[in-house]
Amino acid sequence: MPDLNLTRNLADADRFYANLTAVHDGLSKADSDALNARLILILANHIGDEFVLEQALIAASEVSRQSVG
Amino acid sequence: MTKIFETPLYPYSRHPDQDAASPARHKVIVLGAGPVGLAAAIDLAQRGVPVVVLDENDRVSSGSRAICFSKRTLEILDRLGCGDIAAETGVTWNKGRVFFDERDIFEFNLLPEEGHKRPAFINLQQYYLEQFLVERAQALAAEGKPIEIRGRNRVEAIGRHSDHVRLEVETPEGPYELQADWLIACDGANSPTRRMMGLDFVGRVFEDNFLIADVVMKADFPTERWFWFDPPFNRGQSALLHRQPDNVWRIDLQLGWDIDREAEKQPERVIPRLKAMLGEDVEFELEWVSIYTFQCRRMEKFRHGRVIFAGDAAHQVSPFGARGANSGLQDTDNLCWKLARVLDGSAPESLLDSYDWERVYGADENIMNSTRSTEFITPKSEISRVFRDAVLDLAARHDFARPMVNSGRLSVPCIYDDGPLNTEDSAEMPACARPGAPLPDAPLGDGWLLDALGRDFTLLAIDTPCPEPANQAEVTVLPLSAKDNPILAKRLLGAQSGALYLIRPDHHVAARWPNHDALAIETALRRSVAMQQGGWNA
Ligand SMILES: Cc1cc2nc3c(=O)[nH]c(=O)nc-3n(C[C@H](O)[C@H](O)[C@H](O)COP(=O)(O)OP(=O)(O)OC[C@H]3O[C@@H](n4cnc5c(N)ncnc54)[C@H](O)[C@@H]3O)c2cc1C
Repeated sequence: MPDLNLTRNLADADRFYANLTAVHDGLSKADSDALNARLILILANHIGDEFVLEQALIAASEVSRQSVG
Repeated sequence: MTKIFETPLYPYSRHPDQDAASPARHKVIVLGAGPVGLAAAIDLAQRGVPVVVLDENDRVSSGSRAICFSKRTLEILDRLGCGDIAAETGVTWNKGRVFFDERDIFEFNLLPEEGHKRPAFINLQQYYLEQFLVERAQALAAEGKPIEIRGRNRVEAIGRHSDHVRLEVETPEGPYELQADWLIACDGANSPTRRMMGLDFVGRVFEDNFLIADVVMKADFPTERWFWFDPPFNRGQSALLHRQPDNVWRIDLQLGWDIDREAEKQPERVIPRLKAMLGEDVEFELEWVSIYTFQCRRMEKFRHGRVIFAGDAAHQVSPFGARGANSGLQDTDNLCWKLARVLDGSAPESLLDSYDWERVYGADENIMNSTRSTEFITPKSEISRVFRDAVLDLAARHDFARPMVNSGRLSVPCIYDDGPLNTEDSAEMPACARPGAPLPDAPLGDGWLLDALGRDFTLLAIDTPCPEPANQAEVTVLPLSAKDNPILAKRLLGAQSGALYLIRPDHHVAARWPNHDALAIETALRRSVAMQQGGWNA
């Protein structure tokens, strides 16, 4: 089973980040939320591997728990 | 036209028990002649167990209730002797359409898997199913089988004793008393038995109201299942349109919990909604309107000594996924062979505890599925709604998102993984037929595998020699070959060249082996009737 990759994996991190924020330009909060949700679903389907997705859910929740606590 | 549900099918008539000096004692009394009680009675009578059914009514249930019956239900009905008439009368459909807000977002075609006698499901009015079951029970009685249905016999009180149950029964001619060794309570969602015994449903998950309408279409209308998420004519809720026999279309409008039930039922409120669904110029006649209120919950235990609960009396789920009647028939299918064994002394009473284990497991699975559908259809939080809408928006363009669209998952039979009667696998064999699973069907010559099984345990010997097991007269050995039967080979053999399958009377797999081993078979058989030390009871 492959593990969730939490090491550097983007060739050009700056460019991806700029693209990610650019697609939200001019959108309302509701439209942005909808876009994010679609993006998550598209990426989840691409990854496909349930084990990786579960680890991703955990990794994402751990960070938010830390920032709250 | 007089509807079937307006005709008394088992009218009251005085029974000698009513004039008996002391209360008559029966082996099994089934309380309730709904689909579940009738199925229980037929199953027991076919096994030679005398059974009396009591119902406060004398006819099938009125109006529109369950409509969608699964393949598993048809297979059970085959064993009860009414599968053919149900399948012939029912409507089979494969196409569906999903709407979101004002848009028609996608259509689908559920191509059926080949090599099964029965389709994945049929649509049939519940009153037809009940009619077929009543007629079957009456035919069995006419053949001399020990089954009777007493109409307008209302149970008013229940007394529990260590070796029997006492019932006070009210009739049009006054009360009388009965005793039963065993009582199967199939008295529906409001189960008076449950109330009289002071038991309640635990774990209420959610509750909702549905407007149920049956309409007769004047013109052609496609045989498709239409489902709406958040439509303009029912904001924030869902709607479903489905075809039944006789050109009757069933409409379910989800209404939410806080509603004025009487107001919602009025034709001046209903008809404009239906026009918005069907199209302004579609002509139809409104045949039936009711409000269906349900709560999603189950009893903590289904067996309470000599009183055993089944069907809606034991558990209730939302209509999404058609699990009410379908799961109730799986209850009695699971229970009756066990009760017959306990009654004839060939199994200990503790076998009935496996009914509790297996059907509570089934009820939990249904409640989980029903809860997931409900969460998708009426999202609880803002972020759930964002994801739900994202799935629907993506589904309009991309196939990958369509499996996530959850408008109710159709009832499939429960697999009793880790069930108390199972014997663990010792070799690599196909997962679809693992211990605890219902045996998958397959073509067999001119017929079908499931039709070839015995009424009690069956030992399938596929391309493997198998002597009759010792001391087990009830086991039918069925030698088969998968040599020219690729479907059978795929479903039951996988990589093995031969196999033995021990099949329970309810067609669930108890155990399987790639080779014959007399001791292993004997041990598995004992375990599957709760007689094996070190198994369930240890
Ligand atoms: C309005 C409505 C709509 C429904 N729609 C759907 C649907 O769309 N899809 C779905 O899957 N399911 C639906 N259901 C649920 C489905 O009908 C049930 O799951 C199914 O009928 C359960 O069968 P049952 O035999 O357990 O109980 P029931 O069919 O309720 O039968 C109980 C029987 O017990 C009898 N009884 C009760 N008390 C006594 C007493 N004291 N003495 C004697 N007899 C008694 C009653 O007369 C009745 O005949 C609906 C139910 C209702 C009420």
